[in-house]
Formats: sequence, structure tokens, C-alpha cells
Amino acid sequence: MPRVEIVGLTKTYGPIKALDGVDLTVEDREYVSILGPSGCGKTTLIKCIAGIVEPTKGEIYIDGKAVHKLKPEDRDVGYVFQEIALFPHMNVWNNVTYGPRVRGWSADRTRSLAIEMLDMMGLEDRSSAYPIELSGGAGQKTAVARAVSSGSTLLILDEPLGALDAKVRSDLRYRLRELVKDLNLTAIHVTHDQEEAMSISDRVVVMRAGRIVEEGTPMQLYLNPKRIFTANFLGEANFLSGRVLEVREGGAFVEVCGCRLWTRDEKHKPGEDVVVCIRPEFVSIRRATGKCALQGIIGDIMFEGGVVRYEVSISDGVSILSDCAAGLEPADLRRGDMVEIDIASENVLIFPCPPEGLAKEVSLE
Amino acid sequence: MALPRLRIWSLFKPAEALNSFAKELNRSGASLADRNASRAQGYGFLDRLSANPGASKALYSASVLFFFAIVLLPSIAGILLKLGLVPETLENPYLVSRAGDALRASFLLAFSVSLLDLLAGVPFAWLITKRRSKLVSIIDTLADIPFIIPTVALGYSALLFWSGPQGISSLFAKSLVEPGWVLVLLLHFAFSYPVVVRLLVGEFQRYSETYEVAARTLGASSFTAVRTVTFPILKPAFIAAFLLAFARSLSETGATIMVAGAFENGPIFIKNAKDAGLEGPLVLVSLVLIFASAAIFFTISVLGTKLRLPFGRVWPKFERKVSGYGRWRDLAALVVFAFFIIIPSLFVALPSAEAALDGTMGRALAGEGVWGEYWSSIALSYVVGFLATAVNVIVGFPAAIMIARRKLGTRRTAIMDALVNIPIIVPSVALGVSLGYFWRAAGAFPEFWVLVLVHVSITYTYFVRTVAAAIEGISCEIEETARTLGASPFTVFRRITLPLIKYSVFSGAVMVFTRSVDETGATVAVVTNLKTAPVLLVSWVRNPQLYSQSTVALGVGFLILTSFAILLFLRLVLWRR
Amino acid sequence: MPSIRLVDVSKRFGRIQAIDRVSLEVRDGQYVCILGPTGSGKTTLLKLIAGLIQVDEGEILFDGRSVNDLPPERRNAVYVPQNYALFPHLTVKENVSFGALAKGLPRSEADTISSKMLELVRLAKRGDAFPHELSGGMQQRVALARGLASGAKLLLLDEPLGALDARLRIELRYELRKLARDLKLTVMHVTHDQAEAMTIGDTIVILRDGRVEQAGTPFHVYQRPESIFAANFVGDTNFLEGVVLERGARESTLELRRSLRIRVSDVSYLPGERVVVAIRQQRTYISRDQHDGANALQGQVQAVRFLGSFVKCEVRLENGDEVSCKFMRAIEAPKEGEPVTICFRPEDCVLFPYPHVGLSRELEAV
Repeated sequence: MPRVEIVGLTKTYGPIKALDGVDLTVEDREYVSILGPSGCGKTTLIKCIAGIVEPTKGEIYIDGKAVHKLKPEDRDVGYVFQEIALFPHMNVWNNVTYGPRVRGWSADRTRSLAIEMLDMMGLEDRSSAYPIELSGGAGQKTAVARAVSSGSTLLILDEPLGALDAKVRSDLRYRLRELVKDLNLTAIHVTHDQEEAMSISDRVVVMRAGRIVEEGTPMQLYLNPKRIFTANFLGEANFLSGRVLEVREGGAFVEVCGCRLWTRDEKHKPGEDVVVCIRPEFVSIRRATGKCALQGIIGDIMFEGGVVRYEVSISDGVSILSDCAAGLEPADLRRGDMVEIDIASENVLIFPCPPEGLAKEVSLE
Repeated sequence: MALPRLRIWSLFKPAEALNSFAKELNRSGASLADRNASRAQGYGFLDRLSANPGASKALYSASVLFFFAIVLLPSIAGILLKLGLVPETLENPYLVSRAGDALRASFLLAFSVSLLDLLAGVPFAWLITKRRSKLVSIIDTLADIPFIIPTVALGYSALLFWSGPQGISSLFAKSLVEPGWVLVLLLHFAFSYPVVVRLLVGEFQRYSETYEVAARTLGASSFTAVRTVTFPILKPAFIAAFLLAFARSLSETGATIMVAGAFENGPIFIKNAKDAGLEGPLVLVSLVLIFASAAIFFTISVLGTKLRLPFGRVWPKFERKVSGYGRWRDLAALVVFAFFIIIPSLFVALPSAEAALDGTMGRALAGEGVWGEYWSSIALSYVVGFLATAVNVIVGFPAAIMIARRKLGTRRTAIMDALVNIPIIVPSVALGVSLGYFWRAAGAFPEFWVLVLVHVSITYTYFVRTVAAAIEGISCEIEETARTLGASPFTVFRRITLPLIKYSVFSGAVMVFTRSVDETGATVAVVTNLKTAPVLLVSWVRNPQLYSQSTVALGVGFLILTSFAILLFLRLVLWRR
Repeated sequence: MPSIRLVDVSKRFGRIQAIDRVSLEVRDGQYVCILGPTGSGKTTLLKLIAGLIQVDEGEILFDGRSVNDLPPERRNAVYVPQNYALFPHLTVKENVSFGALAKGLPRSEADTISSKMLELVRLAKRGDAFPHELSGGMQQRVALARGLASGAKLLLLDEPLGALDARLRIELRYELRKLARDLKLTVMHVTHDQAEAMTIGDTIVILRDGRVEQAGTPFHVYQRPESIFAANFVGDTNFLEGVVLERGARESTLELRRSLRIRVSDVSYLPGERVVVAIRQQRTYISRDQHDGANALQGQVQAVRFLGSFVKCEVRLENGDEVSCKFMRAIEAPKEGEPVTICFRPEDCVLFPYPHVGLSRELEAV
């Protein structure tokens, strides 16, 4: 149920700034993902919220109460660790009931809540198993059940699915969301996997180098990112350089690779150099008919299951990716064929040229 | 300006350069493949030999054979040879009851000391692991001192501190602790302490803090978390520490004799029996010591894992309060350490310094009178020490590899793994007795070589255990990957394994050396004419009318100094490489 | 440049049959992805090929010659484990030159190869750094450079991208592929991530409990899975239980739960047989108009998952069965609770016999 407010959170380790003045609010019952590359500070952030790490500066409020000075055992936060960290000397039942027992709950209350949690995670018949006997997925489910079994309403998950196989991961993540919504919890979920973040969160917060880059709903961040880093980090993106030609009502004409492109961007002035960003699924190709201005040669065709991906070379060194649903791709296209490129204007994003260059702007390190 | 397609491909060279590179790669790859057939480097022969499965099996089997033939069998067979002497001893009620008392004293003492060491050592090890600071690192180094000082020196130091007129007794009218079982207890407590602490610190450091943190986030106060999660998980470490302290206490002879007064435990009884020429009781007590200690060990190791520390109930409010007293606990641990360990151990520095200034030093360095014998005993101790170390390093290395990497199969490894512990489980004095009988029966070996063999056997375990643990710490994958890169097993050992375990090899060798120099009981049991330094010093202490305090103090002081000097020298030499 | 052949290779550890009569063929210069869940024997297979473990039965042949008795250092097959196993006490440069030195090359030549390799992976400036000072992505590049510098043409990569961030993983996929192609390496790449395997591999081998479940090109395995396991493990699939009612020359009619009927082009099963129908989620469409010849079922949207370039709609059909539809963003996604029509073509349905252990158990096996 709680609302979490983080104000000016900073954490330094000597010269390294793990967190640099982070401000974040998580609303009651929201499922928020904190997304970013390794080392961006996302794990440090949640450890500060849980009390595992003491921040250098800043405040944390849970439901209006200042908790940044409290010890972890007094904060009532359910925490799921990246390494799962089930107590190896206790079986599933004792792991799950640990929280209630150390808080001094009555035996009945402990039992009923534990049974409910195990049922929800589908572990009813594994309660006497020891952690070493459990599969990765079962272990993770036990860890989640343990975290919520003492009645905490704020659940923090530190890369909970990282140690699992790809298939298990994509199944378990929906279960997590279901659990959180059924129990009316507030969840803060840290991950470096953008598909995971987008598929189950109400809101995504993108972090990099200790700071928040951008936040918004998955769709907002994917379709209308305000920063190049976000555009590149979530999903795939083609980046091309362009120049604004003229600005009209409702949009602007931008010159890209020798062609005029209409975009719905009104923020830039004519003559300005910009970065044009378009996602592969909004780029379509067809056999060249000679009519369209933007043409290229197919460099590589990759099959990825449900999607056929074309890498099309436009001019020396510049190439663009185009995705097409398998089965709907234009017939008989081979490597080396000349094609025409069609770009959906409504989905083109325009960004100002980054001062330090594009490579630096999107780098993950 | 056209932006190139944004890819990490920019991390790799563009295609054209790759083509020419590929050609070069093919060429060098071919030449490398040819190299497989002819090894140009000097180690070529050894490389090929190591890849031969028959040859490596022979090596490991040979090292196992050495262990059985030189260490294990003689240790057991020797005493069994003299089994015949036992029945008549059993008919003598006085001897039987005295032997029984001595044995009981040994085991009770060992048990109490181990318990006390655990109780005192755990908070101290905790302090060192958790509270990292400059002060703590200094304390950490200090904690090793009783480990490096020869036990006879510790014994004499403890004697002076607790009993001597200049020690703590100066605060009271009469001697605070007379030589007797209390003093023996204090002494054993002190010299097992660093061993226990080192082991615990190692285990605490390996232990993942995450478990405890998880418990805290679930609502457990730090006291509760440690009690219900950390300690149960670390139980094997506590058992191992207990057993180690137990073994040391059972074994220790020299220093114990110094401070025992009228108290008699197993090793003291054996020495007394030998001095009186009573072989029967000597054999009896040795026999019991050997088999009882082995039995106790295996029992505790097995039962210990079944022992369930109390968890059931949690008293949240009470335990939360207790959690707040962390600082007091740390202080108590430090006080115990300072007062019962460090000060008594270093106390001998005072009288030694006094002796150095009152003229004794001059006579000592000139080798006058008793000092002649002293210097030859020091020389003997170190020569035997070096020999024992050299032998154990050479034969112990293959054995360590065999155990760590299961070279002869899982079942054989498990057996070897268990048996290798016997030389440290069994009290060294009893081992000495048994080995002495064996080698005397085997042939007319000169006393010196029997002594060396005995020292080799007693210290065997230290090197093998240390190095095996270090090798196990290196993931197999590193060695496997090196093999697939083209390195023969010998090259992998030489260039990968050895550099990574360098420190442990040194550690293991040092342990063998210091243990050998320390060893009194077995030496006393085996030889009559040769006197190693500790044996000599014990006889000096037992005869105060012949040897003045400054003589003894200086003798002990020199022993400590030479040990330090050798260790320092070894460390410098190895670190240079 | 070697071609690899495994003939009925088996390996047992105690009572566990880790590898069970596996036969494989890898052509010179091919990039093979070995795909399977944890515990399926993928690592064991690589170690057998590398010579780090001995086979119990069967033969392994490099370029037609048996290597069963050849020790690892003579096989020229480099094994790179998931955590790269860089030698912690050696610098990057020394790590990379290790193989060449071990094989007897003089130091000057080994160093030259080492610098060239480091240049190739753009880490020439970090030659004097130690492994622990580098990021995960950099360590991986060093491991690759080290393998290549030893002169090996066969790379055995054990989850090479597993330890990396999701984003880096996706970017490095292509680079790995290009590197292998341009240097004409034979690569065996183990992974549990089917998207990765499909993108990179020339051939995919699906391993299950030590046995080869299916092998073929990614396209082939995707289009024509040979078992429920394969259909479930690779790609996203809907599974429906049914019974064959009629069997025609080109189409069969099936009856699903609650007497819902559909038509499929797979005529390999007789009337009365219990079957499982597999349809790819990308070929299960939500339509507002009728598609000619397609099956059309009514249902209600349970959940809509936004996956970036894809949207996944979970729909409960009128008969209680649940299916998911995966489609690209281009189409407007329906809302939760909305009634929709689900369409799929008979040609897109693949039939399998109903498994003994039951369908849910069989799907859980993944």
C-alpha cells in the first residue's frame, strides 16, 4: 500500500558516485521498474530504500514516514535478492515462515499466511524441500513468497529473474506482476532487461551513471522517448543524421540521406543538425520501382523467429534495419537486391545532436 | 555527414582488414598446429610426460604410497608391535589408575580448552572480519604472534607472567597461579587461540553476508539473524575449529611440562614413564591416546553435523535489546585477547631484555658453558626442520593435487582425504612412541634420521591440507581452459596453478617448519641422546637450580628471534621472485 | 578449419546419463548453436568435444580422424566457459599470448600475435590491465582474443553472452556472428536463449536430457518443430488439445474442448486419435474481419502485454482454452476485456500426439 518518496539520494564510495542526487516517487500500488545498464546505480538505490546500504545524503519516506535512519529490520520492506539467498539450512516452509516467526507472530497467523503464499506461487507440495533440491524457478518463487509472507506491502526485487533460463524468465515475470496486483502491493523491480521492464511495469525509470535519465509508462518511453539514451536502450533504433529544412504547422521537413522526410516534430529550427531516430518495425522495404527517392541494397537478412530483419545499406557506411513480421515479408528478396525504403512519419523521433557525439551518448559503460 | 550504423561492430575492425587478418591467422594457425608435434621449449619432455595418463597416475600413486609406507603404517604398526607389554601393565592397579587419571586429565583439559577457545575466539574473529579499520588490522596481525612463537617460549612466558614474581603476581602477595592444571589450561587456551581465530576468520570471510542481510530485511534484529541464520550455516566451521584446538591441546608436550607442576596428563605421563624406564605403561597410554583420539574425532565430526543449534523460539524484544550491545561484546573480546593471550605471550620479552643487558649475553654468544650445548640444539632443531620441510613439500605436493583434483578417483580421494588428517589428530607424543618403535624394529637407523622421519610424519598434514585447499580454491575451469589453449598438464601447473597458490605453498611450508621446531613430545619419546632446542629448554626450566632465570630467558629469547629471522628471510626470498 | 562429427557419443556420471547417444555433424566454418534448458547436457557436450572429459561410448572425429584419445592440448579446440576463466594473475596481453607460448612459439612471435588480436577486438590500449579491472563485455572480448590467438579454428563457447546485460547481449550477438564468419571459424555456441540461437546459428541443435531433440537450420526448426518440446522451447507457441474427427485428403477436422471445431492441414493422424495442436503466437491473429479459409474462434482479451516492438495479447477462447497472439505494433491493440475473434490458418497448425505425461507436464519440462 505505501507510497515511496526519495529525495536527493546520493551515495559515494570514495571518488565513485554510485547515486547522484536521485529524486523519485513511487505511488501507492504502482509496479515500477528501474532499468539501466550494469553500474548505473539501480541496485544501490533499492539497497538504500531497504536499509542495506546507508546513503551519503538524502531522504527516504515510506508513507510519509522518514525511514532513512531506521535499521533494515524496522522498515517492513520485502526484499528479493538477485542471488535468491534462501537459507540453505532451512526447508521451504521454514524459509517462508522466517519473517513472521522473528516478528513474534502467533503460530496460527504465521501458518495461514504462509499457506496462502505458497499456494499463490504454486509451491504447496514443495514445502518440505530444501533449497538445494529446488530448480531455479522454484527457488525464486520461494524467495518471493518469503518476502511477502510477513505482510510487507512494499516489495523490492533485485534482478529477480537474472539467474533463470530465458524461457523460465519470460513465464515467471507475469506471475510476479499478478502476485503484486492481487495482493495490492507496491513493487520496485530492478532489471537490466528492457523487455522484462516494459512487459510488466506500470512505469519505467531509466537510470544511467547514478542519475535518472527519464521515466514514463513503457509505451511512452518506447514510442516517445525524450532522450537518445532511452531510445537506444529500450528496443532497437536506427539513428541517422539529418538537417531540418522547413518547419510547418504540425511538423517539419527533415533531410535524411538525400531525401525529404515529413516528421511530427516542431521543436527544431530550420538549418539545425539533428539526429533522426526510427525503430526498425516502422521501416518497411519493397522491391525497387524507381519511384521512391530513398533506396538501398540489402546487406544481410536475419531470421529471428517471428521477425525477418533486413540490414539495408543506404550509402557508404550508413545502413538501416527494417523489421517485418515473418510471413508478411515481401517475397523473394535476397542479399544484394535493390530496395526502396518507406519510413512511417508518425513514428520518427527527432533529437538535437548530442554535443559529445552519438557513441558517447548511448554508451553503456 | 553520414553517421555510420551505430553498432558495437565498431569495436571490431572493418571487414577488409579482417580478410587480410584471416589469411595471417590461417598461416600462423597452421604453424602453431605444427608446433604441437615438436615442443621447442626446454620443458618439452616434462610436458609430454605429464600428458601421459600412465605417468601422472604413477606419480600420484607414488605419493600415496609414500604416505602409507612412511607415515601411516609405521604410526600404527609401531605401537602394535609392542602390544605384548600391555597385559602385564594392566595387572598393576597403581599403574592402571595413574594411567587412567592421566588420560582422563588429557581429554578433559582438551575439551575445556576447545570450548573456551571457541567462546572467546568467535567474538574476536567476528570483530576482525566485520569491523575493518587501521586498528583492527593491527590487532589482526598481533593475533598471529602466539602462532609464530615456539610453544616452549609461550610456555615459559606464561610461567613467568602468571606464576613468576615479576608477573601478575607482583600485584598480589603470593603467586597468583602456581604451576598446575590451571596454568596448563591458561597456556593451552593461549596457544590454540590463534589457530581457532585464523580458521574462523577465513570462514567468516567466505561466508556470504547476503544471508544475514536477507534475515534482517525479514525483520530479524542483528542478534537474531546471527543466531538463527549465520551460526547454523557456519556450524561446520565451528566444529572444525573445536577439533583443531582439541588436537593441539592433546598433543602439546614441551610447554605443558614446563608449567604442569604436579599435574599429569597423557604426554607428561609418557615422559615420566620413559624417564623411569617403564615401557608397559608407556605403550598402554600411547595406545589409548592414538585410538581414543581418532575415535573422538570421527565421532564429533559426524555427530556435530547432526547437532541442531536451538532455533525454535525467538524472543524479538529481548534479542533486539541484546543487538544493541555489540560494542560491549567487542570490548570484552579485546580485553580477553589482550590479557589472556598477548600479554602472557610477549611477557618473556622483559626478562630476555634484562638478560641481554646483564652480561649473560656475552657468555651466550661465546658459547661458554651450557651455551655450547644450547647452540648445537638450536642447530639441530633447524636442520631437522628444514629437512622435514623439504621432504614434505616434495612428497606432499602430488598428494595435495591428488586430493584437490581427485586424480585417482572419487572413492580413493575420500579415503586419502580422511587418512591424511591422522598425524594431526593423534597426539604427537604417542605418534612419536609408535614411530620410534617401528623404525627401531625396521633397522639400525642413526637417531638423527629417525628423528627426521618422525618429524616428517608429524608435520605431513599441514602442507598437504593447506595446498589442497588452495588448489580447490582455483576453479577447474581456469585449468581446463588453459589445457584447451594448448598447454600440457605440466605447463598448466607451472604457469597457472603454481603462481595462483604461491602464497599457500609458502604458508604450508612455514607451518611445517614451525611445527617441527616446536615439536617436543615426539622428540622426547624417540631419541635419548639428541636434544632439540625445545627439549633442552624444558630441561633447563625443570632444573632452576642449575640454570638461572636470565639464562633461560635469554635462551628462550634467542629461540624466538632466530625463528622470526628465518621466517622473515624466507618471506623476503620468496617475495622477490 | 575442422569439421566435427559425433557418432553415438554417451557419457554417464554415476547414475545420471548426461549425454545419451548423441550424433552430430558440424561442417567446416559452420556456426552451430546448441540450445537447451539448464541440465540438458550442453556443457558436458562441449567438454567432451574439447577433450576435458572422456567419452564412455561413441566416437568424436575431427576432419575424419578419431580424437577420442587425443588430450585437450592437441585438439586445437578452445573452450571458453561462461565466466571466461581469464587468468587472474596475468595481464590482458599475457592472457592472450598464453596459448601461443604454451604451444612452443618464441616469445616475440607470441607477443606479435597477441597484439594483433587485441587490436582486432579493440582492446590494444588495455594490454597491461588485469582481468578484474575490465567490464564484463571487455573480459569477453579478451577471452575471444585469447582463444583465437592460440591458433585454434574451433571455438567452443559456453553461454558466451550469459553473463552480460540484456542490451549488450543483443548487440554482441551480431558481432560474434560476423567475427566467426569473416575469420572462417567453426563455432559451437551453447545457450538456453532461443532468440540468441535463432539469430546467430547456421544450425540449431536442441538438446533435452542429454539427447538431440531436433537439429536443423533456425528457419527449419521454427517452421517444422518435430516435438512439443521443440515447438515450446523455440519461439512462442499456443497449444490446444483436441481429437481428430475427420481426415480428408488435404485437411482434417479436429474437435477441441467443448466441441469447438477447427480445420488443420496436417493429415498425419487418424480419426479418434488424441492430439495437440501447435500454432505460433505470431500466426495467431486478432482480426476484425473474416479471413477466408481460416479458423475463426471467439474469445475475450485477458491481458495485453506491451513488449516494445511487439504486443502480446492473452485471450481466453469461448471453450475455456487460452491462447496468446503476438503482433507488431503496427496494428492497434485491443483492450482488456474486449471480445475479439481469433484467426489462424490451417497451414499454420502442426499436430503432435498427446503426450503420456499430460500436456501441462510436458510443457513444464522446459
